[in-house]
Amino acid sequence: MERVGSEVGGKELMTTKDKKLTKFYLAFFSVAILLAGVVSFYASSQPDGLEKVAEEKGFLDTAKDSAVSGSPLSDYGVSGIDSERMSVGLAGVIGVVATAVVAFGLFMMIRRKR
Amino acid sequence: MHIPDGFIDLPTSAVVGLLAVGGTAIALKKAKNELDDRTAPMAGLTAVFIFAVQMLNFPVAAGTSGHLLGGALATVLVGPYAASLALTVVLGIQALLFADGGLSALGLNIFNMSILGVATSYLVFIIARKILPKVRGSIPLAAGIAAFISVPVAATGFAIQYAIGGTGTAPASTVFAAMFSTHVLIGIGEAVITVLTVSAIMATRSDLVYGWSASEVKLEVRNS
Repeated sequence: MERVGSEVGGKELMTTKDKKLTKFYLAFFSVAILLAGVVSFYASSQPDGLEKVAEEKGFLDTAKDSAVSGSPLSDYGVSGIDSERMSVGLAGVIGVVATAVVAFGLFMMIRRKR
Repeated sequence: MHIPDGFIDLPTSAVVGLLAVGGTAIALKKAKNELDDRTAPMAGLTAVFIFAVQMLNFPVAAGTSGHLLGGALATVLVGPYAASLALTVVLGIQALLFADGGLSALGLNIFNMSILGVATSYLVFIIARKILPKVRGSIPLAAGIAAFISVPVAATGFAIQYAIGGTGTAPASTVFAAMFSTHVLIGIGEAVITVLTVSAIMATRSDLVYGWSASEVKLEVRNS
């Protein structure tokens, strides 16, 4: 431990570095929460590129409901919440947390260990 | 760009699904080299950020919207293999929790966005970085070019799948033309978001940007 510390310029420097890094990670995460939880309400609700093409070219009706279309979160809303703003925002925050759990779990598992 | 169930028949979905599984297996193996104690959390955050920004559909033309795919952004931030995995995690969460993108179509979506989109992004980014001056400012620009090109290429992935196993009656060539032209427009939005995000992270923690720091790796070998 001591030796590793001296190699990178002392233990103290290491901790300040870590703190700064954690701060950066937290800031990045906060931006994501803000975008998914608040800004998402203002997103365009027009059909996306693929949906629009399917509509114009007459194959939109070949789409089938997903097996999970009954999910309480389907289409980025939380069923049972009437306020559109709350519903989308909460769905966004749940999605961010779910993505974080799965992605962090995966990447920490497969990373090169020191 | 998330394909719902039904657009593409099951045999085609199954074959492309196998390709997606194969590609993801390779990414799982190779991502190890891109991930250490510092970059693994960064890869997780990249997935989280892309999930969030994909919720933000922006208008592109009358009655049409688009959203970030994130292939180029993720590739430049964490490297192509971790990027592919990050996008696949996002697509999986979207399909399973939010019914965004079909379940039988998940392989199609992974193929188009996590594999085709990321591979294109990586290739274009590497070429652009080579051509552009070797300065920091080139990184967001190269990322933006990669982003712009990757979106119509991913859309072409759908057009090819439609040509092979589309259940609709519209000719494949007109579907390709419409998909391509619409997604060139969406690609502009993709490029703008990618340039802004990469610029912001280059300004604060350029050491965490794979597309910038990976070119300096040789200098750090002495430490380990």
